[in-house]
Amino acid sequence: MNWGLEIAKAVGLAVVMFTFLAVVGAMFGVLLERKIGGWIQSRLGPKHVGPQGLLQTIADTVKLLQKEHITPRAADVAIFNTAPLIVAVAGLMDWIVIPFGPTLIVRDLNIGVVFFAAMASLTVVGILVGGFASNNKYSLLGGLRSASQMISYELPLAMALVAVAMQAGTLSTLGIVNAQAQRGWFVFLQFPAFVIFLIAATAEVNRVPFDLPEAESELVAGYFSEYTGMRFALFQLGEYAEMFAMAAMATTLFLGGWRGPLLPPVIWFLLKMYLIVFFLMWTRWTFPRLRLDQLLNLSWKLLLPAGLIWILITGFFITFF
Amino acid sequence: MLLLDWLYVGVFAVVGLGMAALPLAIVWALAPRAPYPQKRLTYESGVVPFGQAWAQFNVRYYLFGLVFVIFDVEVIYLYPWAIVFQRLGKFAFVEMLIFLVILLLGLAYAWRKGALEWA
Repeated sequence: MNWGLEIAKAVGLAVVMFTFLAVVGAMFGVLLERKIGGWIQSRLGPKHVGPQGLLQTIADTVKLLQKEHITPRAADVAIFNTAPLIVAVAGLMDWIVIPFGPTLIVRDLNIGVVFFAAMASLTVVGILVGGFASNNKYSLLGGLRSASQMISYELPLAMALVAVAMQAGTLSTLGIVNAQAQRGWFVFLQFPAFVIFLIAATAEVNRVPFDLPEAESELVAGYFSEYTGMRFALFQLGEYAEMFAMAAMATTLFLGGWRGPLLPPVIWFLLKMYLIVFFLMWTRWTFPRLRLDQLLNLSWKLLLPAGLIWILITGFFITFF
Repeated sequence: MLLLDWLYVGVFAVVGLGMAALPLAIVWALAPRAPYPQKRLTYESGVVPFGQAWAQFNVRYYLFGLVFVIFDVEVIYLYPWAIVFQRLGKFAFVEMLIFLVILLLGLAYAWRKGALEWA
């Protein structure tokens, strides 16, 4: 085993993956979001920078790079500076276990699905401490809301993951895709788990209708009210990386991953992933925001019992049929 | 190769931090720095902020946190079972059935006690 070579490979992969997320995930993700939003609301969306507004977010990023970092005097500086980094790194870590193709995966961890859930929930740490360290009332409330929301929806998410793992008999993401080659896409066999996963994933990435942490009409910008310039952009980057990771995971677990006829595996994977991303954006521009008690009720009184019962039903059918 | 897997995870964490810090370094080199006392005030919708934000907040956030910790630990036990229960047969399923029913009872108890009510 040549450790030096492996470390070099890992560093290279990490740099490529991070750049891919920043450019394709965040930059063109934001553009796609604004274009779809414009389309749904019968307007044009960004149009002036580059052909059809394609370069809009790149121009925005260049602008953000030149903006001053304002640190409020009352803030807890060390934590205040670390929080955006935590969110951005958490967004990157998810992608280690996402298989883009039969061999296109960073590492096929044997606990892939659990690792994904763990890394996805790391974001909450960054958001909570970011909101707390700002020493701003809106930020604190946003951070706390985010924490209670993300921990509430982590449980239904985990239930959906357990149900899929039961069906596939493995936690490795490659193994789950291969299991779907024999038994058909899990979106059919595990339809309730798919619905629970989609709802919980939307809540985990703090998107409408679950965007209470940053509800702009009541909390200014929630936990990132005090963040300016590139630090704000890092929060956005982490959020979009997380959203694309959730879509990629839904593709892997329920839509047969990279498998499909004719086209190369990567193309199939991206097509399915963007289908889910489009669905998430569609809901964002369609639904109003939930109230906090409605949000918690949905998770604790509907999705969590439903997830537990679905695990029982899945276990019953696998054991006795 | 378990060790190799986690080497990749570690490298990703370190490189990710570096890559995330890179734009901040560019900002440090490029962006202007002109702080003055009014600019560094905490934002409070245009008025001068009063008091600290580090004050009391709703105790229910803690309640949900507590219930979450209990259930999250229990979910961790479900993962290993989910992989092997097909090989272990009916006995493993019945055992987990009992465990899950206890879980559901716990949820019902918390529900009944009002731990899941916001208002």
